[in-house]
Amino acid sequence: MAERNHPALILRHPTRDRVLHWLLVIAFLFVAASGLALFHPSLFWLTNLTGGGPWTTILHPFIGLVMVVTFIWFAAPKWRVNQLTASDYAWLKGFRYVLSGEEEKLPEVGEYNAGQKVLYFTLMACVLLLAVTGFVIWRRYFAGNFSVRVVRLGALVHAFVAFVLLVSIVVHISAAVWEKGSITSMVRGTVTPGWAYKHRRAWFRDMIRPGAGH
Amino acid sequence: MALQSLDIVRRSATKTPPPSVRGPVPAEVAKLIDTSKCIGCKACQTACMEWNDLRDEVGTCDGTYNNPTDLTAQSWTVMRFAEYENPNGNLEWLIRKDGCMHCADPGCLKACPAPGAIVQYANGIVDFHEENCIGCGYCIAGCPFDVPRISKHDHKAYKCTLCSDRVAVGLEPACVKTCPTGAITFGTKERMKQDAEERIVDLKSRGFEHAGLYDPSGVGGTHVMYVLHHADKPELYSGLAPQPHISRAVRLWKGVTKPLALGAIGLAVLAGFFNYIISGPKEVEPEDDEAARKEQEKAHGRA
Amino acid sequence: MTNHWVDIKNADVILIMGGNAAEAHPCGFKWVTEAKAHRQARLIVVDPRFTRSASVADLYVPIRPGTDIAFLGGVINYLLTNDAIQREYVTNYTDFTFIVREDFSFKDGVYSGYNPDKRAYDKTTWDYERGKDGYVVTDPTLQHPRCVYNLMKQHYSRYTPELVERTCGSPQEKFLEVCKLLASTANATRAATIMYALGWTQHSIGSQMIRTGAMVQLLLGNIGVAGGGMNALRGHSNIQGLTDLGLMADLLPGYLTLPKEAEQTYDGYIAARTQKPLRPNQLSYWQNYSKFFVSLMKAWWGDAATADNHWGYDYLPKLDKPYDMLAAYELMNNGKMNGYVCQGFNPFGSAPNKAKMTAAFSKLKFMIIMDPLKTETSEFWKNHGEFNDVDPEKIDTEVIRMPTTCFAEEDGSLVSSGRWLQWHWKGADPPGAARNDIEIMSDIFLRLRSLYQKEGGAYPEPIIKLAWPYGHSGEANPEELAREYSGRALADLADPKDPTKILRKAGEQLSGFGELRDDGTTLSGCWIYCGAWSEAGNLMARRDNSDPTGIGQTLKWAWAWPANRRVLYNRASCDPSGKPYNPALSLIAWNGKSWGGADVPDYKIDEAPSENMGPFIMNPEGVARFFARGGMAEGPFPEHYEPFETPLGYNPLHPQDLRAVQNPAARIYPGDREALGKADAFPCVATTYRLTEHFHFWTKHVRLNAIIQPEQFVEIGEVHAKQLGVKAGDRVKVSSNRGFIKAVAVVTKRIKPLTIEGKPVHTVGVPIHWGFIGETKKGYLANTLTPVVGDANTNTPEFKAFLVKVERV
Repeated sequence: MAERNHPALILRHPTRDRVLHWLLVIAFLFVAASGLALFHPSLFWLTNLTGGGPWTTILHPFIGLVMVVTFIWFAAPKWRVNQLTASDYAWLKGFRYVLSGEEEKLPEVGEYNAGQKVLYFTLMACVLLLAVTGFVIWRRYFAGNFSVRVVRLGALVHAFVAFVLLVSIVVHISAAVWEKGSITSMVRGTVTPGWAYKHRRAWFRDMIRPGAGH
Repeated sequence: MALQSLDIVRRSATKTPPPSVRGPVPAEVAKLIDTSKCIGCKACQTACMEWNDLRDEVGTCDGTYNNPTDLTAQSWTVMRFAEYENPNGNLEWLIRKDGCMHCADPGCLKACPAPGAIVQYANGIVDFHEENCIGCGYCIAGCPFDVPRISKHDHKAYKCTLCSDRVAVGLEPACVKTCPTGAITFGTKERMKQDAEERIVDLKSRGFEHAGLYDPSGVGGTHVMYVLHHADKPELYSGLAPQPHISRAVRLWKGVTKPLALGAIGLAVLAGFFNYIISGPKEVEPEDDEAARKEQEKAHGRA
Repeated sequence: MTNHWVDIKNADVILIMGGNAAEAHPCGFKWVTEAKAHRQARLIVVDPRFTRSASVADLYVPIRPGTDIAFLGGVINYLLTNDAIQREYVTNYTDFTFIVREDFSFKDGVYSGYNPDKRAYDKTTWDYERGKDGYVVTDPTLQHPRCVYNLMKQHYSRYTPELVERTCGSPQEKFLEVCKLLASTANATRAATIMYALGWTQHSIGSQMIRTGAMVQLLLGNIGVAGGGMNALRGHSNIQGLTDLGLMADLLPGYLTLPKEAEQTYDGYIAARTQKPLRPNQLSYWQNYSKFFVSLMKAWWGDAATADNHWGYDYLPKLDKPYDMLAAYELMNNGKMNGYVCQGFNPFGSAPNKAKMTAAFSKLKFMIIMDPLKTETSEFWKNHGEFNDVDPEKIDTEVIRMPTTCFAEEDGSLVSSGRWLQWHWKGADPPGAARNDIEIMSDIFLRLRSLYQKEGGAYPEPIIKLAWPYGHSGEANPEELAREYSGRALADLADPKDPTKILRKAGEQLSGFGELRDDGTTLSGCWIYCGAWSEAGNLMARRDNSDPTGIGQTLKWAWAWPANRRVLYNRASCDPSGKPYNPALSLIAWNGKSWGGADVPDYKIDEAPSENMGPFIMNPEGVARFFARGGMAEGPFPEHYEPFETPLGYNPLHPQDLRAVQNPAARIYPGDREALGKADAFPCVATTYRLTEHFHFWTKHVRLNAIIQPEQFVEIGEVHAKQLGVKAGDRVKVSSNRGFIKAVAVVTKRIKPLTIEGKPVHTVGVPIHWGFIGETKKGYLANTLTPVVGDANTNTPEFKAFLVKVERV
């Protein structure tokens, strides 16, 4: 394993997390593509990715369900560590420095920065809402049990929440691309001490404390 | 069932204009159902099943004359019987042939995400092309009259076609042809409105002061219209919508939301990209590595 | 129908009573909507239930089943007391002015001549008074106390609105609205029509209900005019043809009658049916009876019918007793009838009291079923669980099923309610081994004949000598039969006025019954159909719907009996001087030399109006009868009697007279009387009926019909249901003294409790149509409940009024 061969590196994402994360990514890509295909006519061509229109209708909710389950499995253990602290609020207040990359002007960051924590809760809310509304509009098995009015509302909420999720994911990806080393870490599981020092200094210090981390 | 594709004026999930060189535009058609002549014999239901080769389940009696008890993928029209005691204490048995109203502004078509699964012809007929249907059921949410039904067998949406295949070759819909009392008639919408006027005069002479035509403007008018004895209270007729319109939720969902959301997602992508271009990647500098190394050593030293 | 379907569009007032035209005749009903839409006609429905017809009516009036005579008697009373009658019409065209015999009487609910032991009348006194000239005495001033007008006025004076309300349960104000609407047609330019069906015929007093309706129409001058008439809506597409062709135990084709046992001589038989005019210069068309009869005998026995054997009269069976449907099953049940050929009939579902039918059929040695469908009758012996719980091991009857074609699988003619013979062409080949009825009957006949030829047997002549001139291997085809019932000349027919002139050459088809002769030179299998297939060809196959006057008289569409006449008694549409009462709807008129117009005149074509020949040419009086003379079994004027199962137990018109509770002349067998129920155990009045979605017991075999009306139900009113604790969709058990059925309850506002003699009476609706075979959900045969008693004249069973109780299951 990578972390064993390079003892200098710090383990950020254990195997379980990485596997679940990428499973989530795959599910998300399909569910987003199929969802967008059903959402806007100009993206209907995306149904080709999931085997055409009818198959898209069939698969989208199942893949969505995979995504929801995976997400909860992935994210539930991180509930506590994502609680926002006083320094997170300070970090959020100085968000312009985040955008400009002037991290030295921000409070030191723990395992996850406040942006990640906000994202965490946003995604958690989105996924749960999508699951609930998804069942309401799942025509093949469930929609018949709800009144047309509820189904209509469900469809509207589902579309809106999916939109929020998509924007959130775009932010998430942008941030990951922007913050060099992040994607590598999700692939290999480790970050360099320099990365940890620069981006998650408080966490870095926790990790190098004797007896901590690995 | 398709008419010539050049007669299609609106197509689901399609933003570009359909072929539109044809002219003159054919007259809009309409089916006029005169509830005051209807005896609820269900010949229309039978003709519909025969012409369209539909055979629904043999159901049960639910304590009313309604059978099948609701529209299904194989029952595109059903009679609904309502017993109403009017203020004079006299009983009225209000019988309504339910089915697709063929709205000028069809909610189903608006809601449909599958290109070409729902079309509207120049004559006003709203038709489902099941070969393009993906079975999502959005048309059900979109319909203000609760008409489309998804088949449990093939998971496609079905409803009355107004016999577009018959109309295309100059025939009247099967239900119209079979109606024994002439309660259902078919022709240009203009003509049907004139006929309705005549009926309304007759009904008023028989004491139905509020007799009128049901051609609701909330959906741009319909190509299936009713002559009602009580046009002021359509809900008496087994819950016919008094003011049908495409639901606000559906309008929002299928209206501005679509371009706005897509735009917003695009903007987010662009913002991320340009932020990257402008602020550059956040890379770990050698001094960070150095600082990290020092801290690590310090920590180990302490240990 | 005296008129025809299309003519209903000419009506100003339409009374549907004793029927449910929208439900049972939806196609013909279009003419009602036509009259409403384009003639501002007003539609009245009088029915125990608020029916599909009522749903499009201007006025609905509820009525207790079986009390129609009380209602219509009330209408007669209203019309007479308010003088809302078409006076010129009734004084000239009816027996209003005729004087009735002095010894005629009506007392304690029965007429003179009643024999309670025989439950029958000696009808001698039911007649007019004759003058020295042999003709009936009349009083044109209508002052004579025994003129029909005064007798009728007196008779119906008891039928007050108050009596109507407490007998029928019909609210007085609604009843009076009906009277007023009908009265609005007592003039020359407005007409009312009455449409009825089994709701009148299926009562122990059914024929008299129809008569009462006809009397109302006569008073209003609505008989013989466009938009008027008494219009019987026939239940099967060809049930009119069945009656026309005499498929009754006591009839011959064309309403000729089979001789009774006492009528052993031909001359006596003919004389009794050749009625001499009762007034001067009347046509009395039945004087030609012998011509119709001899021509029929020539069709049956051909050359074997000769003057020597009275044209075959001697071959005819002479009736020893009635053999109507109810009598036949009684004979079977008593072991006196051992074989049964059941052709196109499902008596196990259609005859009353299923339990009796099971017992009767189980005693047969054999039963032959000819039917396109698998009928319940053909499986009466088979256990179908609760729906037919019999033990096949205990039934020895051998049942032979012979599949036949249905109407769409054969050529032929169907006679509509409007008496139109419409030829139709085969639409498809029959499935499997099905053969048409004619082929099967031919086959049976040929085999029987050869057995008789070989083995002799008792009196073989009628069989051996039966004329059988049919082509292909002895099997008759529809065209041959049609040409035969229409008729042809057997010899050159000379003009009686000029013997040198030949009117019709031997072998030619006849143009009408006017050409028939009683010397054996003509042949016609059914005199009223004579001319349907003339030298001009098959007139029944005509499809020219041109309507030159625009009043629906399409004389070139098919062919109507008699003589292609569309409105019977149409002479009565003109005043005595021959001018149409309503020129806008003129049927015929006198042009100074002859009668003619939009219809074929029902009159002597060249008879000048000044000769005072009456318009009702079949009657020896020349006029229509209010006073039926001996024509009816239970009296010359219709009187209300209770159904045999009455919720009251007495007749409100004769509370003290036990003889007059039910029809005194109706026959009921002892066992069937014992099976009657009483109101204490069975307090509700039930009535059976049909639904639009189904046709009798046929369409339950059809998937489409099963889809639109899948499961047996009964209809009960909301008030009644509440008392029983029953909700719509619950299952209920409906029992009579003869058995029970279980069905889904349709709980409805359309049936209301009626207040009869101060007590509430609930009506229960029992649709027929379900049985234990077919595509629908299995159900009980509705006749499990019904009593075995029929109309006194026709023995049509009383399916429309009987007693039941309802319980939750």
